[in-house]
Amino acid sequence: MNLIGENISYKLDNEYHLNNISFNFKKGNLYTILGRTLSGKTTLLKTIAGLINPDSGSMDFEEKNFSKIPVWERNIAMVYQQFINYPHMNVYENIVFPLKQRNVSDEQIKKDVDEALKTVGLVGFENRKIQELSGGQQQRVALARSLAKKAKILLLDEPLVNLDYKLREQLREEFKKIFSEGFSQETILIYSTTDPQEVMELNGEVIVLDEGKILQKGPAKEIFENPLNLKVAEISNDPPMNILKGSKISTKINLENISLELPSHLNNLIDEAYNFGIRASEVKLDENGEEFEIELAEISGSETLLHLKKGDTKVIALIEEVMNFRIHQKIRINFNNNKFYAFDLTGNLVSSPYGASNG
Amino acid sequence: MEKFYTILKYTFITLWTVFIVAPFLWAVSTSFKDFQSVNSKVTYIPWLDFEPTLEGWRVLVKSPARGGVDIVEPYFNSIFVTCTASLISIVLGTLAAYALSRFTFKAGFVRNNDITFFFISQRIMPPIVLSIPFFIFLSTIGLLDSLLGLVVVYIVLLMPIAVWIMVDFFNRVPKELDETALIDGCNPYQAFYKVVLPNSIPGLIVAGMFCIIFGWIDFFFAFILTFTEVQLLPVKVVALNSSITPWWSLSASALVSVAPLIIVAFVVERYLSKGNLSGALK
Repeated sequence: MNLIGENISYKLDNEYHLNNISFNFKKGNLYTILGRTLSGKTTLLKTIAGLINPDSGSMDFEEKNFSKIPVWERNIAMVYQQFINYPHMNVYENIVFPLKQRNVSDEQIKKDVDEALKTVGLVGFENRKIQELSGGQQQRVALARSLAKKAKILLLDEPLVNLDYKLREQLREEFKKIFSEGFSQETILIYSTTDPQEVMELNGEVIVLDEGKILQKGPAKEIFENPLNLKVAEISNDPPMNILKGSKISTKINLENISLELPSHLNNLIDEAYNFGIRASEVKLDENGEEFEIELAEISGSETLLHLKKGDTKVIALIEEVMNFRIHQKIRINFNNNKFYAFDLTGNLVSSPYGASNG
Repeated sequence: MEKFYTILKYTFITLWTVFIVAPFLWAVSTSFKDFQSVNSKVTYIPWLDFEPTLEGWRVLVKSPARGGVDIVEPYFNSIFVTCTASLISIVLGTLAAYALSRFTFKAGFVRNNDITFFFISQRIMPPIVLSIPFFIFLSTIGLLDSLLGLVVVYIVLLMPIAVWIMVDFFNRVPKELDETALIDGCNPYQAFYKVVLPNSIPGLIVAGMFCIIFGWIDFFFAFILTFTEVQLLPVKVVALNSSITPWWSLSASALVSVAPLIIVAFVVERYLSKGNLSGALK
């Protein structure tokens, strides 16, 4: 009863948009697809929707060959990153439209639409024109249309990306609520985003996508704790994880011009060169630490983001309070040694502070 | 400084209005004159300058046998040919434009843009190039000097306009709108007429207006492809001009000729403003 895709590839202008993708989506679960812009997220969702015919591979849903079923008979719903609604209809007509297409009874329509409007918080807006709504409200209408359908597969393609900061936070909270409460065990929910924070908050099964390839699959916690390689570490962290070239020599980590104590979880490494990774949030201000020069200081919300430099070594630090720094000011920082990742020179994870490793 | 620009703006608009409206007023005035009032001296205002007469108008509806020219039949011919050809052009042109905007065609080196250009190239060619082929074509299928033949030829002239305007319009309708319709359970035909078409009304109106204008004002093909059986308005109006030029009835016929276009222009004027076109979506 799952949605199973096998070896799906799609090429456009000699470039892979999907490269040998396989998946097994189970009903009642939330899947998040994490990847940067142009990584193939939208292509994957459109392939599931049937808007794109892949060059090769197969897709089955409820034991039927999904590729043979045209889009309009697939019983799916999709919310785009652009706010797509029918401009010639009002809010109510927009939500009713897919139900009418499927000849749902009038009674049922009323019930479903009322419920969907309540869920997205647009009760009282039924007769508004789409053009009279704000971006956030337009996206809610699109979401309501998808929810009212009670589709078996719900696809959300970066639904929050075009909203301003405040609305995004607010809608993200509501999404979490909708996903955890209002979801039937009959629905497969697939949510794509570029934002690692969204992935962690939604806490579903994660698929990390890059250049049309699946880099890693697993629960959000697993992706966060044990990114399989440098690329995943890069995609799944914002600000990006600091990657420092260096080597392990007996009980020391030697970075280019810094020498650090070896944390216990890296004891088993053989002495050689590695790429050491450390999250920006694990770089702390420390009177006795190494001296770095500030290249750029950004304050965002209640945090301060510092771009630091020492010789050729560049580090990003995330300080969890608002502080004022001058550019070119010298400060001292230290690394939380216990949180160092070690990747080998080809980029694969060798050792992680959370235990698992494949080395 | 701002005041200066306001004055400049209104001065320009006033001059332009006079430039556009004056000939109409002149024609209205002339249409009520007789030979005496036109040829003796310059006259402007009825009753004051000259004694108005309806002779210029009466000639238009009298049959030639009774000394008139009878433009009633050509008038209805023109309306029939223009409307029929415009309607067919809009229907076919819209379908063609939708296909050109949404699907990718490949035939040898030919791509969508080439096909669109092929349509437009029909209008780039000087009409005289087409005159002989059209003449031979219509005479072969026996439609020379007939309303149907004219409709066929006018479709060739008008459809490129419809295709051109509608391709541009559909290109500005986000593809995601069609896709959403498909996802919401419409097959491609339903997606087109339930979702895309209702959102293309401004485009359809603009395209329709251009078709009507270009169909209505065509003289060249109406002139060479008809003889005695069927006549269209522009040809008949020109035929008025015989050994002595009857300025009064020419003015009257000119006014009734442009009247439909003025009505069309007023009806669709609000759709032509940029706000309405761009506000159609989003």
